[in-house]
Amino acid sequence: MTVRGTAGIPTPARTAIPRPVHQTAPTAPGAAGRSRRTAGWLTVLRYAGLWLLVAFFLMPVYVLLATAFKDPGDVTVTGIFSLPSSFSLDNFTDVWPKLSHSFRNSLSLSIPASLISSLLGCANGFVLAKVRFRYANVVFPLILFGIFVPYQAIVIPLAQTMTDLGLRGGADQTGGLAGLTLIHIIYGLPITTLIFRNYFVGLPDSLMESARLDGAGVLQTFLDVAVPLARPAFAVSIIWQFTASWNDFMFGAMMTSRESWPITVALNNVAGGQSVPFGQAMAGALLASLPTLAIYLLLGRFFLRGVLAGTLRDA
Amino acid sequence: MSGPFRIPGAGQPGGEGPHGLELIGTTPAHRPRHAQAGVEGDWLHRPPEPVRRSPRVRRVPGWLAGLGLMSPSLVLIGVFVYGFIGWNVRVSFTSWQGLTPVYDFVGLDNYRALWNDARWRTDARNILIFTTVFVLGALALGFVMALLLEKGAKGEAFYRGVFLFPMAISFIATAIVWRWLLDNGSGGDTAGLNQLFADLGLGFLRSDWHKSDSSWAIAAVALPAGWALSGYVMALFLAGMRAIPDTFRESARIDGASEWQVLWYVMRPALRPVTFSAVLILIHISLKTFDLIYALDQGNLKIDTPSLYMWFTTFDGGFYDRGATIATVLLIGVALIIGPYIRHWLRSERR
Repeated sequence: MTVRGTAGIPTPARTAIPRPVHQTAPTAPGAAGRSRRTAGWLTVLRYAGLWLLVAFFLMPVYVLLATAFKDPGDVTVTGIFSLPSSFSLDNFTDVWPKLSHSFRNSLSLSIPASLISSLLGCANGFVLAKVRFRYANVVFPLILFGIFVPYQAIVIPLAQTMTDLGLRGGADQTGGLAGLTLIHIIYGLPITTLIFRNYFVGLPDSLMESARLDGAGVLQTFLDVAVPLARPAFAVSIIWQFTASWNDFMFGAMMTSRESWPITVALNNVAGGQSVPFGQAMAGALLASLPTLAIYLLLGRFFLRGVLAGTLRDA
Repeated sequence: MSGPFRIPGAGQPGGEGPHGLELIGTTPAHRPRHAQAGVEGDWLHRPPEPVRRSPRVRRVPGWLAGLGLMSPSLVLIGVFVYGFIGWNVRVSFTSWQGLTPVYDFVGLDNYRALWNDARWRTDARNILIFTTVFVLGALALGFVMALLLEKGAKGEAFYRGVFLFPMAISFIATAIVWRWLLDNGSGGDTAGLNQLFADLGLGFLRSDWHKSDSSWAIAAVALPAGWALSGYVMALFLAGMRAIPDTFRESARIDGASEWQVLWYVMRPALRPVTFSAVLILIHISLKTFDLIYALDQGNLKIDTPSLYMWFTTFDGGFYDRGATIATVLLIGVALIIGPYIRHWLRSERR
């Protein structure tokens, strides 16, 4: 997704969203019975509402799973809500050969892109939060705006530059993957910078004070103190950047030739073609979402902070 | 935080570093005996009154080392974001069509042509409808979800997880599933949501969705877009609601306020900044929406938007002049929304 950006990544100890404080509303003595009954009804209504919403959010998941695991012969457009009468992995085995290459491409670009972008963002965030210089209040908003720039506004010069550098499509021996990785590193910088800047702003200066007292300079303090301290911010930043690069479509479509397609481009091709049964499209959509879904399930806490970072807001 | 401070024997104030940067690097030799955190002239703290360096300084000054650390990123962002924006604006003043760049100057011709372009006018209307429906829908849905969760439901983590997981999934995968839910078959071919409506006795809700002949066809795209992003709005509101001190609400209740009154008179004003952020962020997402529509129904002009028009006219049609013009207009739109937002945020942070 293209949401990127926070007023403060919470310190490691804080949870992303504060827990509710249990409270009992004091009521006037006479109204006690009535208000308890109202409260009971409200609770029922609340859970009914929640489950209705859960149904809405999981309905596409149900359709996806039910269709993907059906026998390809049983897949019909009018039957997407019906339970599979048979269990079959044929849709997956049919679609995987069309996607496996792209899956590897996406891995090989998203991993370095997220790591390098985060490392550079860590340096920027450290400098913006702890080493103040006069034009920081000009540089910082300019970096922030980079989070929100519509990529249409830079894609023509970008395509031109990448063509001139011989990094685009078939002209390049990686089929554009190297250039695409570079693009994800660069356009990830604003958000990673913000994530680290907000993390470091939340750390007391005293943590770096002792290093300075020992005579350490900026660079040494950065490497010896700041980078190890920033582990939670690294988790947020790497996860966010990985998800953004994995899910990107536009840059991948612009940069790569067929054998170097990232997963989103390949998936769109598989699902958009008239010749491909949509049971395979569903299975493909599931396969293409597995890495980011796994991250979300295992490290949701960090993911949420990255999400809220996109609003420049404290999580 | 930074008070006027002069390092003993380090010369008079007034010496300013090159590039307008203040000198904030000193060696331990310059540190006064009774150093006070926050007012000292070292790299860690806010710069003091500018101080001329003594000849005994051996180390690279702190600001320079800091600048060195940032310089790769600053150069990259400078070139790839701002340099390219300028380049794109330049292209919008040319008549570049086809694969070979042309850098003539045709003034505002492209903008004038766009203004009279029927497809652009449809796109402008479409994006307006989509933004309105999507922003209001996602805002309402996100707010309701936050409200339902706010008092702490049993298994809150589960609900939150379900509402937020679409954000981890690509718009391409989202669109592929929703494409089948928004099927417009009728009669015996009724499928997707329409089929669900019919089974639930809600057949009157049947719609042709994004394939409808109505000019509101694009409103149907707000459904997958809302599915993908209203969990995000929920997270914003939930964090905002929990930041309201409990005492506010309790004292209102003690004064005899009903739950609705608490919601209206206590929560609503307190949530205004969160709502403000959410609206601006959602509008800017909506203006940029590309992959979702592209994968939902590629080439369906009923759900065409400026960002899609830009893509197709540039890379399929070779009309770089027109593409750059659309991109510039799109950028101005986003800047008008996000510029004030960043300023507002920076100001509130400083407070």
